[in-house]
Amino acid sequence: MELTTVWFILIAVLWTGYFVLEGFDFGVGMLMPVLGRGEQGEVRKRMLLNTIGPVWDGNEVWLLTAGGATFAAFPHWYATMFSGLYLPLLIILVSLIVRALGFDYRGKVDDPTWRQRWDIAIFLGSAVPALLWGVALTNVVMGLPIDAHKEYTGNLFTLLNPVGLLGGVTTVALFLTHGAIFIALKTEGDVRHEARRLSLKLGAVAALLAVVLLVTINVSTGSVASWIASVVAAVALLAGLSAASREREGWAFVGTFVAIGAAVATLFLALFPDVMPSTTNDLFSLTTTNAASTAYTLTIMTWVAAVFTPVVVLYQAWSYWIFRKRISTHHIPATSVGAPH
Amino acid sequence: MDAVDIARWQFAIVTVYHYFFVPVTIGLSVIVAGFETAWLRHRNPEMLRLTKFFGKLFTINFAIGLVTGIVQEFQFGMNWSDYSRFVGDIFGAPLAIEALLAFFLESTFLGLWIFGWDKLPPKLHAACMWLVGLGTVLSAYFILAANSWMQHPVGYRFNPVTGRAELNDFVAVLTNKVQLVTFPHTITSAYMVGGAFVMAVGLWHLRKPDVGKNASMYRRATRIGAWFTLVSALAVMISGDLQGKIMTEVQPMKMASAEALYDSESSNAPFSLLTIGSLDGSRETFSVKVPSLLSFLATGRFDGPVKGVNELKAQYQKQYGGDATARVFSDSYTPTIPLTYWTFRLMIGLGMVGALIALAVLWSTRRDLIPRHRLWFWAVLATPLLPLFANSFGWIFTETGRQPWLVFGVMTTSHGVSPNVSAGEVWASLITLTLLYAALAVIETKLLFRFIASGAPDFEEPVDPANRDEDAPLVFAY
Repeated sequence: MELTTVWFILIAVLWTGYFVLEGFDFGVGMLMPVLGRGEQGEVRKRMLLNTIGPVWDGNEVWLLTAGGATFAAFPHWYATMFSGLYLPLLIILVSLIVRALGFDYRGKVDDPTWRQRWDIAIFLGSAVPALLWGVALTNVVMGLPIDAHKEYTGNLFTLLNPVGLLGGVTTVALFLTHGAIFIALKTEGDVRHEARRLSLKLGAVAALLAVVLLVTINVSTGSVASWIASVVAAVALLAGLSAASREREGWAFVGTFVAIGAAVATLFLALFPDVMPSTTNDLFSLTTTNAASTAYTLTIMTWVAAVFTPVVVLYQAWSYWIFRKRISTHHIPATSVGAPH
Repeated sequence: MDAVDIARWQFAIVTVYHYFFVPVTIGLSVIVAGFETAWLRHRNPEMLRLTKFFGKLFTINFAIGLVTGIVQEFQFGMNWSDYSRFVGDIFGAPLAIEALLAFFLESTFLGLWIFGWDKLPPKLHAACMWLVGLGTVLSAYFILAANSWMQHPVGYRFNPVTGRAELNDFVAVLTNKVQLVTFPHTITSAYMVGGAFVMAVGLWHLRKPDVGKNASMYRRATRIGAWFTLVSALAVMISGDLQGKIMTEVQPMKMASAEALYDSESSNAPFSLLTIGSLDGSRETFSVKVPSLLSFLATGRFDGPVKGVNELKAQYQKQYGGDATARVFSDSYTPTIPLTYWTFRLMIGLGMVGALIALAVLWSTRRDLIPRHRLWFWAVLATPLLPLFANSFGWIFTETGRQPWLVFGVMTTSHGVSPNVSAGEVWASLITLTLLYAALAVIETKLLFRFIASGAPDFEEPVDPANRDEDAPLVFAY
């Protein structure tokens, strides 16, 4: 296989890893206002946060690695995409910043106003990137105005077309479903059952949106492989929801995990062998060949990735194993644990 | 200001800001890991309390370093896309390796450390923080390899067909002679900050009238921090001295600008401690000079020759300035001299004062002494900031001293900017990020002070993870 193809696959894997993992912590962040309501609201919110507490940061590193790998393997892809999507990426960065600090800081001062502000930061910081990543990736796959110098010539509003927006709404719905199932898997008591019931409703909406989006993309730029990936996504999502309805949260999580993974795979399979198709002129499209680094760099990076990616996956999986136990409201100390005594 | 200037301001602001948190993270990770290991070895409850106390301060600082780091990785592509296209083949690899080797290690094992107190066996728990410390060092190595390549490009060739720089020797990039001196200098400078932070926090508590039975614990923290600062400072000086000589060799203009030396000196060039008046090469200024010191800093010999700005400028104009459209063309091959002159002095001066305070602290806390003089209050406030700002000035010096080059001798800064990102867009991001970062600085400072003031938590005998009650509340969670 061509090294450029290997790296296209690796970058697709990194983005897929990012969405299947950060997808559920985005979902938990978006669901906090809904599942963290009621008399026990504060304890519930802290329980929800603690389900993703040990892992969200490691999930986010998949994004950093995807960005770094794109820079190393396809500098033109990295340059065109990051400069072209300037404002959406700025908004995503700001969102990720306030969200992460929300996680870490909300419990550190025992003051309702303080916590409320960070709750808003966590909600928006999860919802906005969930939406914008969908918009951005869908647009990349469907094609963007790119000139002969590999420069993006559109603006922010170019991205806000119907298919792009559909992509954004779909990722939001998928991540909400994924997050609800993750909560059902990781908690005990009322929250678990509320989350599970909610996941079924959210999942139905997500399934509908995803089918429309994936069919649209496949019809426009799909291949046999991307169609197959879409079918896998649909089947996995339905199987996952069916498992959720039978209180089999573990299998339900596998279902949404595979569904999101296969949906992202659909996008990348539809993209290949382009990496940034141009709607201005086919000849201006960035491809795995004309956007790539040299064979020398790709060879070195292949060795590094081959040795270290399995190590990373192993220890990250081990950390999930350490925190595998369900948590319940009685695990949450009565006082705000982080605050000074 | 045009788009290039705004993009440069943005890079400067977000990078200097990000680097307020990086040295604290690098330095504190190993100190906290050391405290925890000491607790496991000697079972002294004070060490566990210090572990938890500084561990909490570490996480507050780490969070903000982490999130501002994402901006760092993204802005090469967002604001410097032509640079990214031109050097991606070389520069991207260390960045990707940094993410894969270091960021995963830091984030995963910090998560395990924060949430794993009652889930992991004690030794494994301590090992997690050591791995975080290893992650910070690996991270520094790869990002500094990338930066050192910009200071002194090696292991590549220019490919006229693709119009870009292409890697042909990765080992050369990782063992760049600039890298080999920059890495120890940066790491030990960061350890100095971590040490000074622990020393200052310890001393602040030690001097409180109600310190009572906690005195021995805070004295321990103070003295460990002070020793850490002093030993690191020694390593900073040695590595900095080596770095000066390599810098003079690969970027003589930077050394000339550090002294505002306009005319070449054939031997015994003096080093001015300070200058009052302009630094534009005119003669009539007041300055305090140490004879022959610049020669020594630059060459290792007191009678070594040092090239001046004027000679180097003429040399570069001849070498690179022929074609106004080429990516190596610049109107002036000279950095902003007052900036390089003063940042160089502030870097050295603040670092030295920081080390001297550490020495004074060691002297004043010997035996059972507690430094009572009220001047110590200001010393406590200043100590972590002195080496921290020395770090900032060091970076401002080395980055602005390279100007107008982005990659020395290969590409000037104005050629690296994103051509399709408008001045309006960069203004939008500059203003947004600056305001956001300012707000976060206020929040972070407030939080840090609250947690510093609350002091080390009381000692609690840790529960063995093997027989803990499954329904008991979890510790150290959000």
